[in-house]
Amino acid sequence: MSALAHSALPSQVGLLAGRAVRRILRNPAQLVFPVAFPLVLLGVNTSGLDAATNLPGFPTASYLDFALAIPFMQGALFAALNGGQDLARDIQGGFLDRLAMTPMSGAALLAGQLGGALFMGVISAVLYLVVGVAFGAGIASGVAGALVLLVLAITISFAFACFGTFVALRAGTGEAVQGFFPLFFVLLFLSSAFFPRDLIEQDWFRTIATYNPVSYMVEGIRSLVITGWDGEALALAFGISGVAIAAFLALSARALRTRLVRT
Amino acid sequence: MSAFGRTASVAGAVARRGLHNAFTNPAFLLPSVLFPLFFFIAFAGGLSGVQNAPNFDFRSGYTSFQFAFVCIQAAAFGGVFTGFSIAADFEFGFARRLMLAAPNRGGIIIGYVISAMVRAIFVLAVVFLAGLVSGMRIDGSLGDLAALLVLALCVSMVSTLWAAGIAMRLRTMQAGPVMQMPVFILLFLAPVYVPLNLVAGWVHDVARFNPATAFLEAARGFVSGEPTKVGITSACLLAMFAIAALWARGGLRSAERAG
Repeated sequence: MSALAHSALPSQVGLLAGRAVRRILRNPAQLVFPVAFPLVLLGVNTSGLDAATNLPGFPTASYLDFALAIPFMQGALFAALNGGQDLARDIQGGFLDRLAMTPMSGAALLAGQLGGALFMGVISAVLYLVVGVAFGAGIASGVAGALVLLVLAITISFAFACFGTFVALRAGTGEAVQGFFPLFFVLLFLSSAFFPRDLIEQDWFRTIATYNPVSYMVEGIRSLVITGWDGEALALAFGISGVAIAAFLALSARALRTRLVRT
Repeated sequence: MSAFGRTASVAGAVARRGLHNAFTNPAFLLPSVLFPLFFFIAFAGGLSGVQNAPNFDFRSGYTSFQFAFVCIQAAAFGGVFTGFSIAADFEFGFARRLMLAAPNRGGIIIGYVISAMVRAIFVLAVVFLAGLVSGMRIDGSLGDLAALLVLALCVSMVSTLWAAGIAMRLRTMQAGPVMQMPVFILLFLAPVYVPLNLVAGWVHDVARFNPATAFLEAARGFVSGEPTKVGITSACLLAMFAIAALWARGGLRSAERAG
């Protein structure tokens, strides 16, 4: 604790990020389940919805290519949930109170905490891409596109992690973070993640999917896999993720200040 | 009081308590209602275009196709949620007091099963209403619908016994994923989105031997008024009930040994 208190901002961030990463590595359930579960669902959905590729206007002949974007989103959701819960545990266990008595900066706490989520985002994004390609997914935008895909997936993961951090700081309990988990899934399922928007038959569902920002995140990743370089899709995906990061980071910083005052 | 009377008395008390908790605390009941309702909306709404795929031959429409799945899923997950309640009862010490007080502990499990089945009826009614509101077509007769309800309740019974076995062995709410994941995997390795003949790849191979496939096909048969796979479904349910009952009984013994 004293090493942390007297170090400069970068080393404070390093120490706290290292702690967040170690905490993930020491708890295999936190690493294996969030990474493996989306892959299992990818396998199930690819087989289950393969028939959809025979529909006129379906954008690709392989549902694996179409669905490859989904695990990136699910991985981001799990990273947000776990990151938020870890932070909530720190709050409930009094770790944050003890840090508040040191000269540690709030920015270091936020950055350090998000470092763990970023680590999860990188690990899972690389794994999903490797597994997807190994099982026959083609990346229409090539190697450069694959790299952009990784950057986009990590950016999206970071955006969700910022949201999870905000909820944890605002509510201060793991239960509250868990309570937001269904909302994340509602956002994913009511998007164009599983079916192309123009082929969704129900008007109300298509309208929700059109207004749902998650649709554009999914479509940004998907465009690199099945279309190639689609500037509009990429701009929307990066833009929405960037706005979400800025908004939730600002809200998290405010929530942290309030919480530190309370302690 | 006879042994049967003692068992019935314990079962009744546990069931009443479970139902009281469920219907007076929305936090207990809401997930088991919202979860299937959400899947119904997401699948029937978002994926209905898949019914236009060649060889998709379910005559009652995609909403009805998904309604049958959601019925089975709601029943199965209702049992899992009951398992969560049992684990919570152990974690907070209530179950130990209950075991000390109960003259026949088998009644405890029966009580939890009854409570899960009543909750399943409530959830199925909500999903049924949601289906009717969204224009779901039911081609089955009243008898077919009754058979669908019986099928769902049997699934609820089996999944409750499975979850009870886990909850009584591990006695912690952290056992939630252990109860949930096998049920989730069993259900999703069945023809969820399209009929079995349209499922591709390894999932098709697994689904052919998955008992949940028979449950789903029977449920869809009842909805469309063309009952199918009723015999194999009954046989699978009987076998699964026997195994799950033994599993739950073992869990009860484990909890008794733990004191």
